Amino acid sequence: MVEINAGFLPLTDSAILVAAKERGFAQEEGIKLNLVRETSWANVRDRLAVGQFDVSHALAPMPIASNLGLTPFNMRLIAPFALGLGGNAITLSNPLMAALSAPIDALDARAAGAALAHYIKEQRGAAHKPLQFAVVHPHSGHNLELRYWLTASGIQVDRDIEIVILPPSLMPDALASGQIDGFCVGEPWNSVAIAQGSGQIITTKSAIWASSPEKVLAVQEEWALNNEESLQALIRALYRAASWCGAKENHAALAELLSQPHYLNVPHDYILPALTGSIVNDTSFFIPHARAATFPWQSHALWFYAQMVRAGHLTHNDENIDIVRRSYRPDLYRAALEPLGVAVPSANAKLEGALKEAIAVGVSKDALFLGPDTFFDGALFDPDHFEITS
Amino acid sequence: MVLPSVLIIDDNEARASIIKTGLSEAGYRDVAIVYEMDGIAAFIANTKPDVIVIDLENPNRDRLENVFQLSRAVKRPIAMFVDRSDQSTMKAAIDAGVSAYVVDGLKQDRVKNILDMAITRFNAFARLERELEEAKGALQNRKTIDRAKALLMAARNIDEDEAYTLLRKTAMNQNRKIVDVADSLIMSASLLESNEGKNGGD
Repeated sequence: MVEINAGFLPLTDSAILVAAKERGFAQEEGIKLNLVRETSWANVRDRLAVGQFDVSHALAPMPIASNLGLTPFNMRLIAPFALGLGGNAITLSNPLMAALSAPIDALDARAAGAALAHYIKEQRGAAHKPLQFAVVHPHSGHNLELRYWLTASGIQVDRDIEIVILPPSLMPDALASGQIDGFCVGEPWNSVAIAQGSGQIITTKSAIWASSPEKVLAVQEEWALNNEESLQALIRALYRAASWCGAKENHAALAELLSQPHYLNVPHDYILPALTGSIVNDTSFFIPHARAATFPWQSHALWFYAQMVRAGHLTHNDENIDIVRRSYRPDLYRAALEPLGVAVPSANAKLEGALKEAIAVGVSKDALFLGPDTFFDGALFDPDHFEITS
Repeated sequence: MVLPSVLIIDDNEARASIIKTGLSEAGYRDVAIVYEMDGIAAFIANTKPDVIVIDLENPNRDRLENVFQLSRAVKRPIAMFVDRSDQSTMKAAIDAGVSAYVVDGLKQDRVKNILDMAITRFNAFARLERELEEAKGALQNRKTIDRAKALLMAARNIDEDEAYTLLRKTAMNQNRKIVDVADSLIMSASLLESNEGKNGGD
């Protein structure tokens, strides 16, 4: 048995790690997986840096930010495995939702964005201070997709809406008290706000960008180099766990598992809607396994990078591109899964936004379906030729 | 030489004041404590602390670090106090549950003892809490044993010492703790009690 210490935050998308431990997938690969719950991403980063964590549940842009020197410690982190696709939503306070003139369909991010933009421009007036929206971390899918959605909807971040940082557990109360007007966060926190009656979902990550990346397994590069076989075994265990999490018949058991006091510590009714998709009537709201959901696409890393430049986290420099690409490691993913004989993408990057429908790729006996991966504004993101606008 | 000013962010008031006392004793005059995060950015901008200490259980750490990012704009960069090159201090800080940030340009040796002090006091506080828990447990145990003794004294018509000896012998024979034997006895008695009214007591 090899011991691996993994950090996680109490979020629904820690599901794959939790299932790997609790459903025996880690053990079958000879791994004793120790899961340690943390209270902030900063703590996760620090404990990776001193080696108390070998790997961790992490925000998808975290390895990129770390490798580009935007965070303390000069630590090289890699993402050899993604922990699913989607899973976030944007929730507005009841007063703000009620002020929107059009009825909202959360799956129509374009119309939802237009309704919010209309309210800000036509009804709210310039005299008001900007609306306050919260996200959990600047280097997060939440922040970057929220900015993308607002900007593409014609809303100016900072002038119209200020984005502030708040821990997810405090968001529902902050929304209820009027301290913030909206937030973009992962589950279970949208469901908690809805259950407490403090807000409603205006749109989702899956509607902004279908099949989009959210969390990854972050690994210290040094540890990965010194523990090649253990990492491969862990990736196999996580792949099987993801498959288990993705199966409809396991959703209730998974919700029960995650609801336990040492994991999310919330009632399982706050967890299940995200797993089934009933939260917004979209079965692809959170995808743990299908559509190559655990594959670390380098085009995802580059999209995050482009958005980080847009958000002013750093200025673009051609040398960064290579650092960003090497932060995501599809090669390690493929090598680890080879013994399983499962279908994996053969490319490292794809033209994001090009797949309008799910399509079968590859020639292996069980076809792999990718996509759809469209952006709500119809944009394409070409990882080889993308425009950097800061 | 003026010692650096310190801001302590900790929602545990007792622990925060223990650290403040420690720093005051060491000659640090300018020590502020903040329990609530609301308005923290303005507070930091106004009071300009040289060193900021925060407990690791605080979920607001990401929010705090973002404030430091923003403060780059006002030309007062704040960074993590320890870096990877000082793994032992960093491990000690994490184990103690504390983290420190320092304004750029401040000499390490002027700050090191602030973090050392925080680590020591955090550990001392954790030990104190543990001891308090244990003391509470011990008190509870003593109450349980007293109740069992009273039950035995009434049921067997023996004195207190004999009751205790009986409990101890039973525990030894069964390889159990005295308090566990006492617990079982109280539970059995409560099952048998039904109509006999109150049986023993504290």
